[in-house]
Amino acid sequence: MSTQLKAKLGKATRDAYGEALVALGAERSDIVVLDADLACSTKSQKFGDRFPERFFNLGIQEANMVGVAAGLASSGKIPFASSFASFLICKSYDQARMGISNPRLNVKLVGSHGGISLGEDGASQMSIEDIALAVSLPHFAVVVPADEVSCTALTRAIAEYDGPCFMRTGRPKAPIIHEAGTNFRIGGSATVRPGTDATICAYGLMVWEALMAAEQLAAKGLSIRVIDLYSIKPLDEAAIIKAARETGAMVCAEEHQVRGGMGSLVAQVVAENHPVPMRFVGVEDTYAESGQPGELHEKYGLTAAHIASQVEAAVKAKKK
Amino acid sequence: MSAVSTTDVAQLQQYAREIRRDVIRMIGAAASGHPGGSLSATDMVTALYFSELHHDAKHPDDPNRDRFILSKGHAVPAQYAAMAHTGYFDRARLMTLRQFGSPLQGHPERGRMPGIEASTGSLGQGISIGLGMAMAARMDGASWRTYVLIGDGEANEGQVWEAAMSAAHFGLGNLVVMMDCNGIQLDGFVKDILDMGDVAAKWRSFGWNTLEIDGHDMGQILNAFAKARAVTDRPTAIVAHTVKGKGVSFMENNPGFHGVAPTPEEVDRALAELA
Repeated sequence: MSTQLKAKLGKATRDAYGEALVALGAERSDIVVLDADLACSTKSQKFGDRFPERFFNLGIQEANMVGVAAGLASSGKIPFASSFASFLICKSYDQARMGISNPRLNVKLVGSHGGISLGEDGASQMSIEDIALAVSLPHFAVVVPADEVSCTALTRAIAEYDGPCFMRTGRPKAPIIHEAGTNFRIGGSATVRPGTDATICAYGLMVWEALMAAEQLAAKGLSIRVIDLYSIKPLDEAAIIKAARETGAMVCAEEHQVRGGMGSLVAQVVAENHPVPMRFVGVEDTYAESGQPGELHEKYGLTAAHIASQVEAAVKAKKK
Repeated sequence: MSAVSTTDVAQLQQYAREIRRDVIRMIGAAASGHPGGSLSATDMVTALYFSELHHDAKHPDDPNRDRFILSKGHAVPAQYAAMAHTGYFDRARLMTLRQFGSPLQGHPERGRMPGIEASTGSLGQGISIGLGMAMAARMDGASWRTYVLIGDGEANEGQVWEAAMSAAHFGLGNLVVMMDCNGIQLDGFVKDILDMGDVAAKWRSFGWNTLEIDGHDMGQILNAFAKARAVTDRPTAIVAHTVKGKGVSFMENNPGFHGVAPTPEEVDRALAELA
């Protein structure tokens, strides 16, 4: 039944974001793009090259940039403000809180270099707290695309959503998960592999690891469902509850601090609606370090093998 | 804004006196709030609402209105009073300040009260938001202007100077910042807590058209607004020297009245002085 999984590498989601912005900019004159001197890395520069009159590089001033975005949104623009996810959320948290979230302004914050897979630059650049911080902001929608297909669609979805959004993109090239034409919406999810013995919820690059884990477990006779939970807020609660009911065990895997991330949110839904054994894969209350993404994923337990071992533990914990 | 007549000035001074009386009544009724910084900002807020701003209380969402952001959000009693006097809501509502269920939040919140442009109170953020508004107006070729009022204590915040650099870099002549320099912040005198030296020199060195005025002299306030309009290639900073608690003798220059409400007896004494 199992087919050999072989990654077909697509673009990095940050590249897909930059290209999607250009397409949106051509359609809508109210889209304005801001960056804080990382435009060549976040790829917002692609928009700047095409629409210089609607692009502002504010220099290394994340807090000011997020305030400027609030002012633009309250004047009828749809600002997309980009930086590395760590700087965008951590350095500008209060500006997002009082400037954007409190008055529910239509600002899009897009943070690149999410997770630890940016690699060599080390802990200061890595973003493993952004999801916890962003989901705690009232009114904010939070999405993380896993590949170029979903990133293109989600960039459009957040532009069309009337409210504040945070989207995390990644540095490395991402394996293609989704078929072109797949529907992505805020509050949605995508079941990328059917299964009946347990479910893995993942986002970003962890979706690919989850698929490989499911493949490894198939060889052991386990049927594992994999959900790309690209919309972390709002969550697709129906899909989560359905998965808990139908598979009886849940594992959440994310490139994020394991405390406060997507896993915590899924656990709330499962606990309230259909409690089943759960396990959580993420960064365990520490900082990562410089290295190649593969080496880091290995050390910090973000691999298919580690996910698979946690799935086995969750399955074992099911009531007979 | 043409030449300022003495009648205009006298009329505005009268409005300012009424707003000061409302500020005292509101904070007294709420039994909490920030009288000192509200009274130091009152003359500038009065000049904005009654003279400088193009606004219409009946159409608070008019896209062509001038924008005013009270970045030192704790002075909002003065803004609420000016808004009530210019028709945004009934004056009786002023006495609900800080009460549960009232739109008159302890610090301004956009979305709770039509006419409030930004949620402030976490200091340092107003100029950045005003900068975004000024950029939007310029992109649209619109003539509306943006005014931001900050405190001198507030300028301890680094974001103020990020925004100062940025607004000058983008040459936003449609942005005016008023700095209410009352010399006192919560824990004491500004010069003791964090001495910022010559703040006017700082604004100048950041590339702003910089004016220094007596922030309680209505004629000087109006003249400064007129001068700001005349400079279109860079933002204007109006460094306004003010007195914390202005108009109430026992509050003037008294750090104790930064964030402490007057007692009922003090309210009576203050209103007698402001009669």
